[in-house]
Amino acid sequence: MKLKLTTLALGAALAAGPAMAELVFPSLSYRTGPYAANGIPFADGYQDYFTLLNERDGGIGGEPIRMIECETGYNTEKGVECYESTKGEGALVYQPLSTGITYQLIPKATADGIPVHSMGYGRTSAKDGTVFKNIFNYPANYWDGASVAIKHLLDINDGSLEGKKIALVYHNSAYGKEPIRTLEELSEKHGFELSLLPVDHPGQEQKSQWLQIRREKPDNVIMYGWGVMNQVAIQEAANIRYPMDQFIGIWWSGSENDVRPSGAAADGYKSLTFHNVGDDFPVFADIQKYVVDSGKAAGAGDQIGTALYNRGLYAAMLAAEAAKTAQGIHNTKALTPGQMRDGMEALEITEAKMTDLGLPGFGPEFQVSCENHGGNGLVAVAQWDAAADSWSLITDFVQSDQDVLGPLVAEDAAAFAAESGITPGC
Amino acid sequence: MLYRESGDFSSTYAQDSQTFPIKFDRYRYYFVLFIAIVVIPFVINDYWVNSLFLPFLIYAIAAIGLNILVGYCGQVSLGTGGFMAVGAYACYKLMTSFPDISMQVHVLISGLITAAVGVLFGLPSLRIKGFYLAVATLAAQFFLVWLFNRVPWFYNYSASGQISSPERTFFGIIITGPNTEAWATYLFCLMFVIFSAYVARNLTRGSVGRKWMAIRDMDIAAEIIGVNPLRAKLTAFAVSSFFIGISGALFFSIYLGAVEVGEVFGIQKSFLVLFMIIIGGLGSIFGSFAGAAFLVLLPVALKIVGVDWLGWPTDIVAHLQLVIVGGLIIIFLIAEPHGLAQLWRVAKEKLRLWPFPH
Repeated sequence: MKLKLTTLALGAALAAGPAMAELVFPSLSYRTGPYAANGIPFADGYQDYFTLLNERDGGIGGEPIRMIECETGYNTEKGVECYESTKGEGALVYQPLSTGITYQLIPKATADGIPVHSMGYGRTSAKDGTVFKNIFNYPANYWDGASVAIKHLLDINDGSLEGKKIALVYHNSAYGKEPIRTLEELSEKHGFELSLLPVDHPGQEQKSQWLQIRREKPDNVIMYGWGVMNQVAIQEAANIRYPMDQFIGIWWSGSENDVRPSGAAADGYKSLTFHNVGDDFPVFADIQKYVVDSGKAAGAGDQIGTALYNRGLYAAMLAAEAAKTAQGIHNTKALTPGQMRDGMEALEITEAKMTDLGLPGFGPEFQVSCENHGGNGLVAVAQWDAAADSWSLITDFVQSDQDVLGPLVAEDAAAFAAESGITPGC
Repeated sequence: MLYRESGDFSSTYAQDSQTFPIKFDRYRYYFVLFIAIVVIPFVINDYWVNSLFLPFLIYAIAAIGLNILVGYCGQVSLGTGGFMAVGAYACYKLMTSFPDISMQVHVLISGLITAAVGVLFGLPSLRIKGFYLAVATLAAQFFLVWLFNRVPWFYNYSASGQISSPERTFFGIIITGPNTEAWATYLFCLMFVIFSAYVARNLTRGSVGRKWMAIRDMDIAAEIIGVNPLRAKLTAFAVSSFFIGISGALFFSIYLGAVEVGEVFGIQKSFLVLFMIIIGGLGSIFGSFAGAAFLVLLPVALKIVGVDWLGWPTDIVAHLQLVIVGGLIIIFLIAEPHGLAQLWRVAKEKLRLWPFPH
């Protein structure tokens, strides 16, 4: 009992003292479980970038960064525990890398005044900043991904998808169900036939789905998968000899760990991305010098330059830039979550800025505003070259079909506002 | 010395048949209640309530429910996750359809709806037994999860297929949604825990519970002495599902706030609750609490020790957790197959003789 009381007091003391002179960035990561293959590179990239800032620049604007890592295992209950245990430490922004946990955090973080950045995942309509004041999903979201995938298919089919069959293989969760609405709209607009093939968590069992694909022979397959599901799907596609260049994954189904197990059979597999690939950027020399060589690399340090490592790095870079912007707006070094939110809302990423950071041409240019928390929806298509063991971009960053997505976002945001009694406004 | 019944005389039948016949036990029980009701609400914060107390209390209700079915009536069930999902979705539909009604009514009605569903899936228990019944309840688990994923009416046609709990109150105090106070959600769940434990304890030592135990120990003999197996088994399914439904409703509305059926109420949940009652002790109300505490608190405690105190990498701690929890389960089951409740019983026997054992 005595021990319990002291720990209680300790917990209370921790909760009461967020006024520390550090910028706290929690990393809700998952290095275990069926999604670890994808969770590890992202977490490594996210942490390495902050380590780099600490080692090279002494933090952001002279203010040191403190990272708190918390293992969620992609599990919502553990995610809640992680959120509650870190929010009292002055956490500035949450990036849970899980749509399920993001859905948990949207109301909680809004009530606590802490921003959430669900970069390329989470609730798509969070793009509408008038309703989702604390939630950001720039630079691109699930619906942008679905739309750009269809645009790419239009391009390679001479501008018409009339009468084509497209199958969506998706993780049977809030994440995988996100694009259905958009694809249904797009199938009406472009006249293709959409079939839906859900795969249940964790996704190791996909025989029946791929048997159906083998029978129905869709012209294209779009996949919204994550974790072990990706590897299994690509292997199954290879097993039924489905042409890989007609198989497009969302950006969460496009890491090295997803395609490598299938070896040469995965050659030509396509995946979407909203940032560049490879390690041919000046920032990686700094990471080597300040992070890897000094033995401070996160995890095993063997993921540098992979697709998801780059995404984690990109997420950290956007968070750091938002923190810099916030420091400028509020003319202070130490930040509160509310100030961080203002910084995220005023974030502007330009080519000059990225070049300064050692990431020239790494992602699209965009500007966040109160109305638009989601960026411009610029997405490119990457293709896997099994012989060279690398991804390469095969298109430019193209914008999603805003005519279709705009009304869908507005509709879903309005539904959320009505449901939770929010008055939209800036 | 302290803990013994000598000098503790009962002069009425009521005194003689009370739950805690030994004075020391009774005072300990009052003391625990006092701490839980009067002290903890004042010191609790968001972290403690959301990481430890709510999951512990809610799992305790589920464990009590499953213990009635498995521990008292001997009907093995692997459908707990599915029945919790029934409670959660019933609660969601009620909350969104009748926003003005107080929360405790929704939770209780969700329990009743789950009881009805439980009876339905309990019908095969009249014909099949043991492992075969476990398979039948496993079918219920998968069917119910599939149903809630498949039929959009259950999640009000939301695009993501998730259900999320809107803000609802209990006598004017907000207890669901993001703007809750830690003490309010804690006390609300505690109220249901005390209610469930009280009802379960008194049912199991009354005639209904004795019929369940007769069926558990030998169903043919029970039938011969006049226990109606139909009524006994179906009441066990009903009461068990009622509690599990309450826990599912609380799990969704108070604890998580947003739920995705496949992830939260999957087969892992069924196993988790089953492990709780096996570790805690089959056929014991105290065992339900002990098992829930063991499996909820231990991972959090290991995490705090490993990550926050020792500073180990999070993935190593997460893997160690699996190893340690798994190892402890095996050790407990070898050292004490009847669970933590039996350890507690043995400890009490020893204490009664202390300091002069034979």
